Amino acid sequence: MMNGNGNNGNASGSRNGHHAPSLLIHGGRLVDPAQRIDAEMDILLRHGVVAEVAAPGAIKGAGEEKFNARGLVVAPGFIDLHVHFREPGQAHKETIASGSAAAAAGGFASVCVMPNTNPVNDNPETTLWMQQPERGSLVNLFVIAAATKKSDGRELTDFRELQQAGAIAVTDDGRPILEDAMMRAVLQRAFECDLPVIQHAEDTRLTAGCPMHSGATSFRLGLRGYPSSAETSIVERDIHLSQATRGRLHVAHLSAAGALDAVRRGKRHRVPVTCEVTPHHFTLLDEHVGDYNTNYKMNPPLRGVEDRAAILAGLADGTVDAIATDHAPHAAHEKAMEFERAPFGITGLETALALAITQLHRGGPKIPLSRIVELFTSGPARVVGWQTRGTLNKGSFADVTLFDPKKRWTYDASKSLSKSKNSPFDGWQFTGKVVATVVRGRVVYGG
Amino acid sequence: MAAGAVHKGSLLGIEHLEVAEMESILRLARKLNVNRPQPLLRNRRIALLFYETSTRTRTSFEFAAKALGATTTLVQTAGSSIEKGESLLDTGYTLRALGADAIVIRHPSSGAPSHLAKHIGIPVINAGDGMHEHPSQALLDAYTILQHKKTLQGLKVAIIGDIFHSRVARSSIHLLSKFGVHITLCGPQEFVPDVAATLAKGLRIARNMEEALHGADVVMLLRVQKERLSGLQIREAEYVDRYQMTPEKLRLAKRDALLMHPGPIIRGMELTSEVADGAQSLILQEVANGVPVRMAILVRALAKTVARVGNPRKSTTAGKVSTKTKKTTGGRASR
Repeated sequence: MMNGNGNNGNASGSRNGHHAPSLLIHGGRLVDPAQRIDAEMDILLRHGVVAEVAAPGAIKGAGEEKFNARGLVVAPGFIDLHVHFREPGQAHKETIASGSAAAAAGGFASVCVMPNTNPVNDNPETTLWMQQPERGSLVNLFVIAAATKKSDGRELTDFRELQQAGAIAVTDDGRPILEDAMMRAVLQRAFECDLPVIQHAEDTRLTAGCPMHSGATSFRLGLRGYPSSAETSIVERDIHLSQATRGRLHVAHLSAAGALDAVRRGKRHRVPVTCEVTPHHFTLLDEHVGDYNTNYKMNPPLRGVEDRAAILAGLADGTVDAIATDHAPHAAHEKAMEFERAPFGITGLETALALAITQLHRGGPKIPLSRIVELFTSGPARVVGWQTRGTLNKGSFADVTLFDPKKRWTYDASKSLSKSKNSPFDGWQFTGKVVATVVRGRVVYGG
Repeated sequence: MAAGAVHKGSLLGIEHLEVAEMESILRLARKLNVNRPQPLLRNRRIALLFYETSTRTRTSFEFAAKALGATTTLVQTAGSSIEKGESLLDTGYTLRALGADAIVIRHPSSGAPSHLAKHIGIPVINAGDGMHEHPSQALLDAYTILQHKKTLQGLKVAIIGDIFHSRVARSSIHLLSKFGVHITLCGPQEFVPDVAATLAKGLRIARNMEEALHGADVVMLLRVQKERLSGLQIREAEYVDRYQMTPEKLRLAKRDALLMHPGPIIRGMELTSEVADGAQSLILQEVANGVPVRMAILVRALAKTVARVGNPRKSTTAGKVSTKTKKTTGGRASR
């Protein structure tokens, strides 16, 4: 049932891998959770795919080019299920070219772009346009299309037509599907097309005018509170509908303890539900909004300690399928506004791995490195049903991320490759840094 | 564009203000009088930037500025470039370029004055921001209480009504708590959510008036802010029945309890006319005290030397005010 769409992770945007010289990556620690490998191994990439994986030194005389990965982790190319590249329509915030450069710098070989562009990507023309080589994507670019026309929740888009144009999932991200009958219809049709439905779970009837999480900080700042229950109730409903229709449901940027519980219960009952968590939600709390800092304003908002603890537990115990950035660039003048008026969202591609290693592996829950890698690779691949990405199995796409898990560095947002610099992590010290990103056998970052 | 340091003369809220700072503002206010103008701010330009309506605050800031010899200009949403979509920062930069030495701002968005202050580099005075703070009101209320009570320390104050939507309540709670006042908040869950108790140490919440008023030295009422309800279904009749201040309910407090309200008052809603106009009511005194307190705030913001302020004949009595503060237990503001 996986990928009846005949488009098994065939990305557009990246240059044709067949012309890349063969590349031997040797001396590194290969971590490929899909194959349960965590060992010193060499890997040969040829013709855009993984040609061989073998013990150190076993691949003799091969590789026109060589990469010494001593001291580095060699992982499948990272996959980000949730980015906003703002093209078409808001190129002053980000373009596919600039966003993909930031992705490559963050170790992401594949990104999935959200449809809340201007106009909304609810049609095959826009879907195809985003994938054209002229957009200049440095990494594999996958398109997520709108589930309803104009994402206004009234009329389904043509899932089959969008799928044929390359769409790998549908969503009305940012404009959640609230109407029960509409959500059921979306899941029903998605089941027939074998597409995942991604829901930004927010009952907007409860969150109008609420720029941050509901709690002591919102009360102190005099801001209306966006309660965790506004997320949980939608996730619970969606899981019931997913169970009834068998349509695959993916919960975007899950932030509430109750929503995580619902996903855990759903999985136990074999409901086809998955979820992602962002680095900012597993790192920050509502109180970090401080004195109305708009770089801490995003949707869903930073939550309280209970919600964050639940998310950390879900990352550790396997309930969470993927880490996704929700990379949401905004121009400086747009963020330099009254807190209530500033747009939601922060950038995240360049800091995701560093936050995962610093916060999850070295700090707090001490999650093993192989599980961290899973959350960036085979986890998200499973969500969208890819078997030849997110792993370095022989024959898989030659997408590789190399990182130094011990490297200490400081993030300088002003040097970001993204067009926008709206990161709360500017000036943060991290441990763990991406060293190189390989897409279809070509080094697109570092090296 | 980049954010910088907030000018020291700014007054953005009570939360981060130290007791000694507040005592010095109150002390200064006692030396200033609208009827004895002092040209301490001669040739200074003060912009009153009002994104929201106001009667009391705007007028008293304007009278205060003029009594100090400053020039004022009023900029409001209607009839200004704000209507054309100019951002808050650009409006601020424009006023500064025109020569404004300080900006007094009222804004419907919580945090707007702080945002402006971080970018503009001249004193910004918060005249009320959203549901966040209204520091000059809290200061003038403290000033008013101290005209009747020797000290704030140890007083019992009941704050009744729509605390959730009230910037006055947040500022007053911060101020009174810093001065060691025992505060009880009272109202229905919609207006006094449990989380309100986290605003300061030792806050108590009471759901009925008997409990809140018992032994109260000061009763502060708040207006039910219909314009901020945004969908809340407050049952008006029930509110009136349970929380409206009547002469009978007021008798539950101490015999000499002070009755305060920041205004505007809605007679028949949060209080009856008998209470509003009664002997214990300080409502108009609060309004009058707005002028000297705001004069002090403006002098603090702009005067080069605050030391020479005041009437020398009275400076000995005014000098009695304690300058010592106990940081942990709160200072002793005394009259």
